[in-house]
Amino acid sequence: MARAARKAKKAAKQPASHRTWALSYLAVAAVMFVVYQYALPWEGLPLPIYDFLQLWLPPSSVNEALVYVICALGLNIVVGYAGLLDLGYVAFWAIGGYSAGWFMSNFFEQWNVHGLASVATTEPGVHINFWLVLVIGGAVCAFFGVIIGAPTLRLKSDYLALVTLGFGEIIPQIFFNGEDINGFNLSNGTKGITRLDPIPTGVKDLGPFDFGSKFVVFVLLAAIMVFISLQLRRGRLGRAWLAIREDELAASMMGVPLMRTKLASYAVGAVAGGIGGVAFATHVDGVYAERFNFSISIFLLAMVVLGGMGNVWGVILGAFILAWVNSTGLPALGDTFNSQFGTEIDFPSFTFLLFGLVLIFMILFKREGLIPESRLRLVLHEGDADEELKPAHEEEK
Amino acid sequence: MTQAAAVEKVAVRQYKGTPGQIRRRRIELTAGLVLSALALVWIVANIINSPTQFAQVFILGFRNGLLYALIALGYTLVYGIIELINFAHGDLFMLGTLFSSYFITVWFGQEASNLAGWLTFFGALIAAMAFCGGLNILIERFAYRRLRRAPKIAPLITAVGVSFILQFIGIKWNGSTPRNWPKVLPQSEFTVLGVHIAWNTVILLLVAAPLLLLLSWVVTKTRQGKAMRATAQDQDAARLMGIDVNRTISFTFALGGALAGAAGLLYQQTTGTTNYNLGFQLGLIAFTSAVLGGIGNLNGAVLGAVLIGIIQGLNDGLPIGLGQKWSQTVVFTILILIMVFKPAGLLGKSTTEKV
Repeated sequence: MARAARKAKKAAKQPASHRTWALSYLAVAAVMFVVYQYALPWEGLPLPIYDFLQLWLPPSSVNEALVYVICALGLNIVVGYAGLLDLGYVAFWAIGGYSAGWFMSNFFEQWNVHGLASVATTEPGVHINFWLVLVIGGAVCAFFGVIIGAPTLRLKSDYLALVTLGFGEIIPQIFFNGEDINGFNLSNGTKGITRLDPIPTGVKDLGPFDFGSKFVVFVLLAAIMVFISLQLRRGRLGRAWLAIREDELAASMMGVPLMRTKLASYAVGAVAGGIGGVAFATHVDGVYAERFNFSISIFLLAMVVLGGMGNVWGVILGAFILAWVNSTGLPALGDTFNSQFGTEIDFPSFTFLLFGLVLIFMILFKREGLIPESRLRLVLHEGDADEELKPAHEEEK
Repeated sequence: MTQAAAVEKVAVRQYKGTPGQIRRRRIELTAGLVLSALALVWIVANIINSPTQFAQVFILGFRNGLLYALIALGYTLVYGIIELINFAHGDLFMLGTLFSSYFITVWFGQEASNLAGWLTFFGALIAAMAFCGGLNILIERFAYRRLRRAPKIAPLITAVGVSFILQFIGIKWNGSTPRNWPKVLPQSEFTVLGVHIAWNTVILLLVAAPLLLLLSWVVTKTRQGKAMRATAQDQDAARLMGIDVNRTISFTFALGGALAGAAGLLYQQTTGTTNYNLGFQLGLIAFTSAVLGGIGNLNGAVLGAVLIGIIQGLNDGLPIGLGQKWSQTVVFTILILIMVFKPAGLLGKSTTEKV
């Protein structure tokens, strides 16, 4: 009886818009899956459509965008929900990536460990099932998130940003230089770790080129992240995050344990980074230290800001748009433009400008993002009213 | 002994905080002492191992420290006045190196150390300071001013955006790979007690030290400096006293930018290379210096920068050390340790959050 009442209450609480969004997400994913799995390999497909898809929306770029979606959802928990600016998110991506590298390849030849992996047990190295590695990667990242967070989360928000940035620089550098740490090869240095195990699904094992099937795996992971985000947001923890985001002092006065709550957001965000890292490693079939640079952290931040801090659907949209622009949109546009007008403009080099402008213009003119979260809009425009109360001598100018 | 006397005795004892705070302070003190002791052992071991090499890298580190000081002051000035970590400041310095290279080599065609070279060098100093100062004013006007009363996260994100745009200009101007330039400063060196000292180190000192003194004079002695300090303390009160707050903040950005421009020229002339991502690396090092000294404190920024420069120089150049490839890690570890254990820095006052 009480249970049914609670259920009814829960259903009433769930905003209808979330259901619409979730259904549209699944519908778009299903359409894309059909296109990539059946339409693209189909011989009867008209050549112009085939060429168009391969140029503007190749399967690999969609999968990469999904990895960014997973990570951006994690960053959204830290930046959007709890209001903590994290500029070193790439550290978790790197840790997740190397978890995949360590536990799903021949890299540690000296050991021979197998755990439900998709390769023969005679293969040297540590081979653990992809789905277990996801859990391991997430756990390792959560551990590091707590280690990084515990001493630093006491800091003021802007200091915190710089300390996370420091970690975001240190951790990739450890992997970069980690070829010979007292004789132990931790990360294979600049050469990176290549050839990861395929993803076992029960039906078939997905290698690096099974874009269509891997798409389903990534869509699923992103959907799980969305689910977790929404559930947490509605629960006690989520409300505590929003309270901290809006006024830390008031929140602590109301009995919200600041440290524990912030640390939780950091850890959950880190888990998403780890899962994204594992997914990205399987997507590119390897881990390369030089890929984990500062600009990734900023790309992710731009995605969250563009889509709308605190709104999962906005973040998905923002991540998808910017990841696509970065990997496919700009190069494809450049190719088309250059062949059309006979110019030699290097379009991909404009990425920096584009991401910079996105950050500045979104913050200056549409701080709440493309799909705003209503509460955040109020918070972010706090103080704007003061602008109208300009001193007299300024109005005269 | 009555009960009242006992109570009085307890009350006389100074209050030292809650047990948790006392424990924390003790841990911090112990950690600080252990770290200092380790650093001392490391330095002594190196001095005994090779005294001349030690002196050499020490001087090199000091030189870099002065450069970092010029950049760090920009961070600390801006943070002091509007509490914004101006993330784009390092990239402004990078544009300063590019501007100086083009000014000296491309526009004025100077490649050797002669009279014309010297004149161009000083011309470039003034031009680079004006260029970076002006650019910084523009950045403040268009990217930060509107956000002065917004939540802190907003201007910080814009600063990151500005940094990306400046890096884009750097890529277009410099190319995406490091570039080498001829230097107009003398390349020779002299020897004191077996230690080689490059002349450009001396020149750098002779240019940087007056700039630092000039800044200190401007901030402490002039009317404009007084306005800056007033604005830093309380913007609204400063406005009520008739101070043009916007102009004062613009002036602060101009000062910081000018110092970054000077640092850009000096860096370019001592190392002879430019790269578009230089600003990110050096900017973070300079920011670390500002934090180490106590952000908002001008003397602290210089002290922190010289310390960071020396530590980095010793780590990179000494036979007993982690070596250059861990250079960044060492600096960021210092940043994190300082932030965690002494966020106020060496010379800064610890402040409580105002409500």
